[in-house]
Amino acid sequence: MERPLTKNIRPDGKPVFIKEYESLGGYQSVKKALKMQPKEVTELVKKSNLKGRGGAGFNTGLKWSFVPMEGEFEHKYLVANGDEMEPGTFKDRLLIEGDPHQLIEGMIVTAFAIQADEGYIFIRGEYAYAADVVAKALAEAYEAGYLGSNIMKTGYKFNLHLHTSVGRYICGEETALLNSLEGKRANPRAKPPFPQVSGLFGQPTIVNNIETLCNIPHIINNGVEWYNGLSLTPGDGGTKLFGASGKVKKPGLWELPFGVTLRELLEDYAGGMQDGLKFKGCLPGGASTDFLVAEHLDIKMDYASVAAAGSRLGTGTMIVLDDKTCPVGMVLNLEHFFAQESCGFCTPCREGLPWTEKILRKIEEGKGEMKDLDILQFHTKFMGPGNTFCALAPGAMAPLQSALKYFREDFELHIKEHKCSWK
Amino acid sequence: MLTAEEIHEIKEEFHLYPYKQAACIEALKVVQKHRRWVSDENVKDLAGLLEMSAEEIDSVATFYNLIYRKPVGKYVILLCDSVSCYIMGYETVLQHLERTLGIKYGETTKDDRFTMLPVPCLGTCDHAPAMMVGKDLYRDLTPEKIDEILNSYK
Ligand SMILES: Cc1cc2nc3c(=O)[nH]c(=O)nc-3n(C[C@H](O)[C@H](O)[C@H](O)COP(=O)(O)O)c2cc1C
Ligand code: SF4
Repeated sequence: MERPLTKNIRPDGKPVFIKEYESLGGYQSVKKALKMQPKEVTELVKKSNLKGRGGAGFNTGLKWSFVPMEGEFEHKYLVANGDEMEPGTFKDRLLIEGDPHQLIEGMIVTAFAIQADEGYIFIRGEYAYAADVVAKALAEAYEAGYLGSNIMKTGYKFNLHLHTSVGRYICGEETALLNSLEGKRANPRAKPPFPQVSGLFGQPTIVNNIETLCNIPHIINNGVEWYNGLSLTPGDGGTKLFGASGKVKKPGLWELPFGVTLRELLEDYAGGMQDGLKFKGCLPGGASTDFLVAEHLDIKMDYASVAAAGSRLGTGTMIVLDDKTCPVGMVLNLEHFFAQESCGFCTPCREGLPWTEKILRKIEEGKGEMKDLDILQFHTKFMGPGNTFCALAPGAMAPLQSALKYFREDFELHIKEHKCSWK
Repeated sequence: MLTAEEIHEIKEEFHLYPYKQAACIEALKVVQKHRRWVSDENVKDLAGLLEMSAEEIDSVATFYNLIYRKPVGKYVILLCDSVSCYIMGYETVLQHLERTLGIKYGETTKDDRFTMLPVPCLGTCDHAPAMMVGKDLYRDLTPEKIDEILNSYK
């Protein structure tokens, strides 16, 4: 099984720096891409069926194709989204810390495709070590002539900077991220205009997830057919970083083809549940995805199959719930997170999420009433897709609405027994 | 008053942006690097430098949880309180920290060494529970491990 994204990553995760990276075949895709037409690069990526790994799963090449290629612009920007604050998600950290030049290489090729001259690697503030690794790798890439005003003597110009952030989950939402990069409060922006047309400082901008960008060198080097062949699911190109956390025997992160089953992930890779515990459910792709339960164990982990089961592939890193952890407590923890991280810009989310959190706390503490479940149910609609300014609130409702569906008895037990029986 | 060094570092940031105001977050980071936190007076001084109102700067400063608008100790402990750490029992870790340090979230030890704050998911969920002390990440936490960690910060 080929693992292009993680093939260079050492077992101890220590970074691969430039000499070693070059000796492993690094920066070949830049040489190749700079001889192509920018539009050819975009077309290739479109056909590769690479879908955005930041959670939404939009075709990457198609997204790039919305950047205007005619006309004069002060700048065009490329931004790597390394905010990674979705609870349960720990994949981009590995790619940044373990193989920083793979990211830089992917960004140079992407920048060339959209003819961006400036770029930022946006990393959350807590990833201090990752930021140090990137800073060193950037200096090396400038020194070697892969970045700057005359890349590999072709006359192509691309400057790439590191930006370390200062907290808040909402910074990961791409338009909020752009406001943050401009030194402002990270409130999301209205779309349209889309960032591809008017993004950072009003200029055409592409924001891509770290993992997305790390795929680009391999597509350029090995071609579309090879890339699609990596996946077990036609239509979803490449491999995916899948992960598992919670009370499984071997929590971890694995690069695997799209289309492995949830059961394979749980049993073969994560080693099954810890002794004495049973699988009760999981959030397959981070905190803002709907629970899947035992009846879903045989679904394929790809965008369409997980969606058909009523959830989302999201970030591909699942959080496993066992039978001895209180599901109400877990959902309370999630809604506390979302309520705290609401940017406060629109009313349903700013007011609704703390309300939801309060009710869940009341139920968890044994003071809940049956009618509270109706109020929670109401909120899942009220803050559902289309009712708020950005996707944070609908994301927050995903684990809640699915918990009400699959674990309703557990909520009712708290109310009837006036306590949490898991404690 | 901002020091000459702070002003110099902030002005260096101006080159990276099309206009000064865009360096607002960077300027706050510079002040915090030198002083651990950002005071009302610092905000006013920054206003002059960035040609913004103090209120505008404060609206940015108070939005971000890693900009501290109150004094903090020498090392800030950021304890992950998100879902994977919840499942893996971060509450035991929290209780141990509270007992050992004699502080709760938002408080600073009497010797000014540690301030403890909750933080959303630290992105190391396969090694939960996790926390940061200053810039250092610690994972797979147990009470014994925590004692050792805290002792290594003087
Ligand atoms: C509240 C919220 C938080 C997000 N956080 C992240 C994040 O940390 N990293 C990320 O890559 N995308 C995040 N996204 C998705 C981005 O808005 C955007 O879709 C993504 O960066 C695009 O890159 P991709 O097409 O390569 O996936 C978030 C979205 C929302 C609504
Ligand atoms: S949905 Fe929430 S996070 Fe998004 S804009 Fe509205 S208040 Fe802000």
